[in-house]
Amino acid sequence: MCLAIPGKISAVHETVGVPMAKVDFGGITREACLSYVPDARVGDYVLVHVGFAIGKVDEEEARRTYQYLSEMDQLAELDDGEEEPGHEVP
Amino acid sequence: MKYLDEYRDGRVAKKIVDEVKRSITRPWVLMEVCGGQTHSIVKYGLDKLLPEEVELVHGPGCPVCVTSLEMIDRAHAIARRSDVIFCSFGDMLRVPGSNGDLFKIKSEGGNIRVVYSPLDCLKIARANPEKQIVFFAIGFETTAPANAMSVWQAREQAIDNFSVLVSHVLVPPAVTGILNSPNNRVQAFLGPGHVCAIAGWAEYELIVDRYQVPIVITGFEPIDILQGVLLCVRQLEQGRAELENGYSRCVQREGNPSAQSMIERVFEVVDRAWRGLGVIPQSGFGLRAEFQKYNAERIFDVGHIHAVEPAVCMSGQILQGLKKPLDCPAFGRQCSPENPLGATMVSAEGACAAYYNYGRHLANVEALVEKS
Repeated sequence: MCLAIPGKISAVHETVGVPMAKVDFGGITREACLSYVPDARVGDYVLVHVGFAIGKVDEEEARRTYQYLSEMDQLAELDDGEEEPGHEVP
Repeated sequence: MKYLDEYRDGRVAKKIVDEVKRSITRPWVLMEVCGGQTHSIVKYGLDKLLPEEVELVHGPGCPVCVTSLEMIDRAHAIARRSDVIFCSFGDMLRVPGSNGDLFKIKSEGGNIRVVYSPLDCLKIARANPEKQIVFFAIGFETTAPANAMSVWQAREQAIDNFSVLVSHVLVPPAVTGILNSPNNRVQAFLGPGHVCAIAGWAEYELIVDRYQVPIVITGFEPIDILQGVLLCVRQLEQGRAELENGYSRCVQREGNPSAQSMIERVFEVVDRAWRGLGVIPQSGFGLRAEFQKYNAERIFDVGHIHAVEPAVCMSGQILQGLKKPLDCPAFGRQCSPENPLGATMVSAEGACAAYYNYGRHLANVEALVEKS
């Protein structure tokens, strides 16, 4: 029920005074209300829930977190290395 | 799709699971708050990937599930009226009241519409001036700004044949209720990512401080959930209790201020009855006095409604993390998504329905066979 899907704004317009957007979800386009993301622009990724954009996706945060997670095994190996006696500084 | 596919990458999932295994030394009980998270966990079998020391119990965060039977019966009584077009999110259509569901009412001639957005109701209202349009406004904080906007815009656009049947619920009082229970088992929470995208996390910091329980705000994709589990396990193992944001691409501390301001304009905090849990004080939204004109409960007198839940159903204990679906003697036997007996089976996001839909009842049968 709290499902919210990230999509890319492809166009903006107004309907009876309400700011609206066309949002592209991997090839499927739906309308979304932009009232709660007043600074969203064409090209931005927004999180859409029941026809409302509820926030912008922070692309920099997304990149950083994903990179951290996908490199986790390398971090683990570093940790493992430190625990080996041979790596101890005398 | 960008921001979805990469969070379903099995290689990354394995790395996180390996890290959980490296970090964990003893059993911990974690609760995912949201029904959407429960659904992902069961769909992708994340609980089976994790080491057995991690026990995931399933929280109360499915608004369709926790909408009280009385409220559903009230909705159905309104939906049966010939002067009404009853609008609802699709999830609600199959939820049975004391006498059938909205599909049954539709088949008997009721005018039921599924809406994608609450604003769709206003279009329907403009196109049908001779009818009363009633929207079943359910949901957590995530959905409240959208539902509030429909009421606000009805007033702005002078649409007088529109009203809402409000059954909104709030996450923090439910989490607090779980922690206050003398039988509580939950040691850390995967927090509700999209609720926090709206509400922010200040309220959750208060819970962390008061109860010394880790809360990690968590998204809904498999990688998000595994990351939430890892951050919880690390806190528990290190004896920390902090609020961490594991969903930083979508959630900021202050949440969404413009959405919060619309909620405050239209709604006020009220006591709310939760299916399976009973009345929780100050745990929902109701319309403010100046919007009572749009209150379907006041417009349509449906008389006194008293509904009785089946005694066998243990959904209340499941919603509090005290029991799991396979503990219930009715699960998969008298109780299934086709014939649900209680809260956690009525919606696809309910823990029991998720277990059933992804074949966990079959695993249960296998386990019984092994035992015998």
